[in-house]
Amino acid sequence: MSETIRAHEKAVLEEWLDAQVSGRGMRSELLSRQELHDQSRSFLDALASAMATGVDVHSPSFIPVRQMLEELSAARARQGYTPTETATFVFSMKQPLFALIRRVFKDDPAALAESAWEVTRLLDSLGLFTMEVYQKGREQVIIRQQEEMLELSTPVITLWKGILALPMIGTLDSSRTQVVMETLLQRIVETGAPLAIIDITGVPTVDTLTAQHLLKTVAAARLMGADCIISGIRPQIAQTIVHLGVDLGDVITKASLADAFAVALKRLGLGVQRTRPEQNAQASAPPKRSGQAEEA
Amino acid sequence: MATLHSEDQAIETSEDVVHVRQRVRARAVEIGLSLVDQTKLVTAASELARNALEHGGGGIARIEVVNDGHRRGIRLTVEDRGPGIADIQLALKDGYSSRGGLGLGLGGAKRLANEFDVQSRPGEGTTVTIARWR
Amino acid sequence: MERIPILKMGRYLLVTIQVDMHDRLALTLQDDLTERIVRDAAKAVLIDISALEMVDSFIGRTIANIAAMSSVLDAETVVVGMQPAVAITLVELGLPLKGVRTALSVEHGMAVLKARLLSDDERHGDATQ
Repeated sequence: MSETIRAHEKAVLEEWLDAQVSGRGMRSELLSRQELHDQSRSFLDALASAMATGVDVHSPSFIPVRQMLEELSAARARQGYTPTETATFVFSMKQPLFALIRRVFKDDPAALAESAWEVTRLLDSLGLFTMEVYQKGREQVIIRQQEEMLELSTPVITLWKGILALPMIGTLDSSRTQVVMETLLQRIVETGAPLAIIDITGVPTVDTLTAQHLLKTVAAARLMGADCIISGIRPQIAQTIVHLGVDLGDVITKASLADAFAVALKRLGLGVQRTRPEQNAQASAPPKRSGQAEEA
Repeated sequence: MATLHSEDQAIETSEDVVHVRQRVRARAVEIGLSLVDQTKLVTAASELARNALEHGGGGIARIEVVNDGHRRGIRLTVEDRGPGIADIQLALKDGYSSRGGLGLGLGGAKRLANEFDVQSRPGEGTTVTIARWR
Repeated sequence: MERIPILKMGRYLLVTIQVDMHDRLALTLQDDLTERIVRDAAKAVLIDISALEMVDSFIGRTIANIAAMSSVLDAETVVVGMQPAVAITLVELGLPLKGVRTALSVEHGMAVLKARLLSDDERHGDATQ
């Protein structure tokens, strides 16, 4: 198959270019015919070489082909091509290749059928590969955005010397929970704070995996010589936890962050004390008597 | 799946177990695994290497840097020449040990890895393969 | 023969593990510590593992054994400085390290030990005071 393509390379290239230009993939405002010609020729060359060893796209001889497709797919994604338009680069090769096979094997129906099948499998795999690369590129963008959001949305706060608080907001998916937990444990080491309050008031729902991650975090903190209190458990979450059969063991849970703070203080042997009679908390001086205000 | 690098480490002494850990750590750092993932992999490697030494009478560890087309990973294959495992499911259960003491090795290594495979037959030694991806 | 050094500070024994321990070294430490507890009439052992980047099931069990043996010899043990990655891995491994008291740092560990030793003295009445 490889030699066949080599022998008719020029013709195949021309037919392929025509198919691309007239098909869905052509964005003439983004790519000139000459550039497309160069891209296609390099690719066809690499493909013909790779096919000398077979049609397994995962084999090492196809690495140059895959690399080329990766670069092409990434470049086109950046330029604004849709994934289908990019995949058409590969799929539009079917027409010229089938035409070639029909010409070369016209007297051997068995060989024709087999070659056609080989080419179909090959181009389908490569076409799917371009889709996957596109997907991966998009995923990378999402992951990076998630990481940035993560850093912004879950700060670890020092409530008091020795007491950290981690207010979590938004839905907790497995990977986010993991990253946040690792950050918390790291902060525990950095600050030497033996108590951390994980507040989940801002978390609408919790699934089994997330609950397990929370429990694992508490277990890890304990192994390190610290402890965690979980606060802000809404009624729905309490129900979910029981419903899912999650065993909280001896992890202390409190309805509010304030309650959890009180427990933490007590554990450290600290307390809050009244130092003057109850007054309003405003910082400004009390108003002068009305008579004085009118004096010149 | 492409193998970018491969190295073997014999497991004949308890120092060799340390060598396996160190080599796995070095490769894991090279491919940029996070600290937690590195630690999980190195710990799993230690469990498997020790098993090979204690229960398998010695063996060999192969540490490979692999690429599946999308991401890089570390694959560790530990092969021993021991008596083999008669009941793999039982061996994977925590607390099981043919010699007494907490048998966390095999099950533990499985939990710490992304991929896990064990091939063993009584009288034919045991080969455990684990992998951790970036 | 290499050994992990054990420092004596008053009634405390301090061990800092800074090397990647092979099994024999860990067992030697276990033996050395139990011997020193008796020889020095130590009341407390502080094991600093802040430099350990990995704790597997064998090292974990050894630490648990050391704590148990010390307890039998009437000494308290605290393990300090466990790294987050190690803690996370131990949880995943399923090694609970029951019976081992831990603290975030040497200071925290000393505070824990002092508190316990004080309450012990109060309870039992220390004949050597």
